[in-house]
Amino acid sequence: MAQPRDAIIEVRGLRTQFGSHVVHEGLDLDVYRGEVLGVVGGSGTGKSVLLRAIVGLVQPAAGHVSVFGTDMLRASEETRQKIEQRWGVMFQDGALFSSLTVRENVEVPMREQTDLAPATRRALAELKISMVGLPPIACDKYPSELSGGMRKRAGLARALALDPEIVFLDEPTAGLDPIGASAFDALIKKLQTTLGLTVFLVTHDLDTLHAICDRIAVLAEKRVFVTGTMTDMLQVDQPWVHEYFHGPRARASGIGTKG
Amino acid sequence: MAGQARHPDVRQNAGFSLADGPETIAFMIVHLSGRLVVARLEAIRAQVAAAAPVADLTLDLSGVDAMDTAGAWLVIDAQSRIQQRGGSCQIVGASPLHRELLDVVRRNIPQSAPAGTPPSGLLDWLEKIGRKTWSGIRSLVEMLGFLGLVVARLGGVLRHPGRLRLTSLVHHMQEIGFNAIPIVSLMAFLIGVVMAFQGAVQLRQFGAEVFVVDLIAISVLRELGILLTAIIVAGRSGAAFTASIGSMKMREEIDAMQTLGLDPIEVLVLPRVLALVLVLPLLGFVADVMGLLGGAMMSWIELGVSPGMFRTRLYESVDVWHYIVGLIKAPVFAVIIGIVGCYEGMKVGGDAESLGRLTSTSVVLSIFLVIVADALFSIFFAVVGV
Repeated sequence: MAQPRDAIIEVRGLRTQFGSHVVHEGLDLDVYRGEVLGVVGGSGTGKSVLLRAIVGLVQPAAGHVSVFGTDMLRASEETRQKIEQRWGVMFQDGALFSSLTVRENVEVPMREQTDLAPATRRALAELKISMVGLPPIACDKYPSELSGGMRKRAGLARALALDPEIVFLDEPTAGLDPIGASAFDALIKKLQTTLGLTVFLVTHDLDTLHAICDRIAVLAEKRVFVTGTMTDMLQVDQPWVHEYFHGPRARASGIGTKG
Repeated sequence: MAGQARHPDVRQNAGFSLADGPETIAFMIVHLSGRLVVARLEAIRAQVAAAAPVADLTLDLSGVDAMDTAGAWLVIDAQSRIQQRGGSCQIVGASPLHRELLDVVRRNIPQSAPAGTPPSGLLDWLEKIGRKTWSGIRSLVEMLGFLGLVVARLGGVLRHPGRLRLTSLVHHMQEIGFNAIPIVSLMAFLIGVVMAFQGAVQLRQFGAEVFVVDLIAISVLRELGILLTAIIVAGRSGAAFTASIGSMKMREEIDAMQTLGLDPIEVLVLPRVLALVLVLPLLGFVADVMGLLGGAMMSWIELGVSPGMFRTRLYESVDVWHYIVGLIKAPVFAVIIGIVGCYEGMKVGGDAESLGRLTSTSVVLSIFLVIVADALFSIFFAVVGV
């Protein structure tokens, strides 16, 4: 990438563990401003745990996590809250509040953190819902009335409610049909370029990696084993990485052939 | 981030048309600059709105350094408002990136359908009552259907006793019955104490202290013992039935059971209802004993009715039918609590909201129906003459 490498998220020496089970050990990772970083790894390598550690849902046992140059683990509650307003998180199943309609869900962050008038909030929420590709009729539906893919979109709309600078996406395309998944990819890419978003995305989807990720970070052996572009990944000869990017599914996505 | 942020600035250049009279503003150029972002949206909106009654407005965005979707929405919204009134509005000076963002937002602005105001007034109110009544009747009918289903399954299990989930039955008997003994005993004991105490105050006025035994025995054995036990069990176990079956329903465990050839009624509902029917009479008995004990203790302390005298009076003047009437009601109450609890659990949908709502419905409804059944029993026993 040609742009200056301004690290917006810096993870250094991260160690997370649950009881005696160590998930990460000495993990380092940089996420640069304006890029789409795809995090991949086998099941149980702690991709989602890494995301949760960065956004503060999991307390690391050791190490530093800094976002926008602020050490998140040592910052005061107030500073942390200020930073938290500058990112949006989309969870795997949307994690929408089930007692609120989709529009009310998207309005929650606006209501809590801005002084927008109700009519403005409503209009902005409807805009966000339409931007993620949901029909207007979805606004007044409850999460239980939506399909899995629609819930994901609604979750993204809520993550984008305050136009954050960083968006964390946990498996955004898992469980979507291929057409829906590539539409979702296109949507993320479009939003990323027009809004200048930085996207941290955990995925298993080779097509997503291929289509929208500027850089890929592979989690293996309890740390970030390697980072680089898709072309770099094809050169790595660690068995798991090789299998991942040269396996039958990768060939089906046309990755091996292009590399 | 407020430190280095330049606050947005709105400057207006207005032109006056001489043709339409001296005061009519014909066109206006509004220069927006700084950060056009969500945090400052309301302030900017007010300023832009001030320029709205102009026929020909130009929005100059050349000074804008940062714009997010909210800022873009503001610009588009202002433009469409003016155009709706028949005016014209140009947007100039946007950087390519901002122009792209404006396009994205413009394409996505929902065609605002004016939300139909909900009809209000007497008619609406009547309609709501009608709908509520109808849905109440329907759910009562459905619940009877559910009871029928459970009875049918019970018939199946009676023909093939091997199909009865014995482990589950015993587990629920322990959970509903044995674990509830402390709370039921304490409650019944205190009720006995209260009855004796209140009775004593009244009966002493007539020197009829010894009748306190009749008062306590009849009210505890016939009504209060079993009724209050049923209410405690409804709150304790009925709610637990709804919550556990409901959360299984929510996580599609019940669907999984059906695809595996397991019958949820037989596996989940029958053991619970049967366990309730078996243990509620036992709990009622415990409550009766503890109620009498509490009453006897208080009569002794307050009225000087010795335990021996209490026992003699109990033998002589209180018919055993009072006790039997109380216990006859127990299995019926058990069926009501079990069926309502399981039925409401089965009605839980995919969301956490309905689980909470139905759990509380389950408790309220089962207590209500228990009291209704108690009233019907009272009438029945009065007619029969016991």
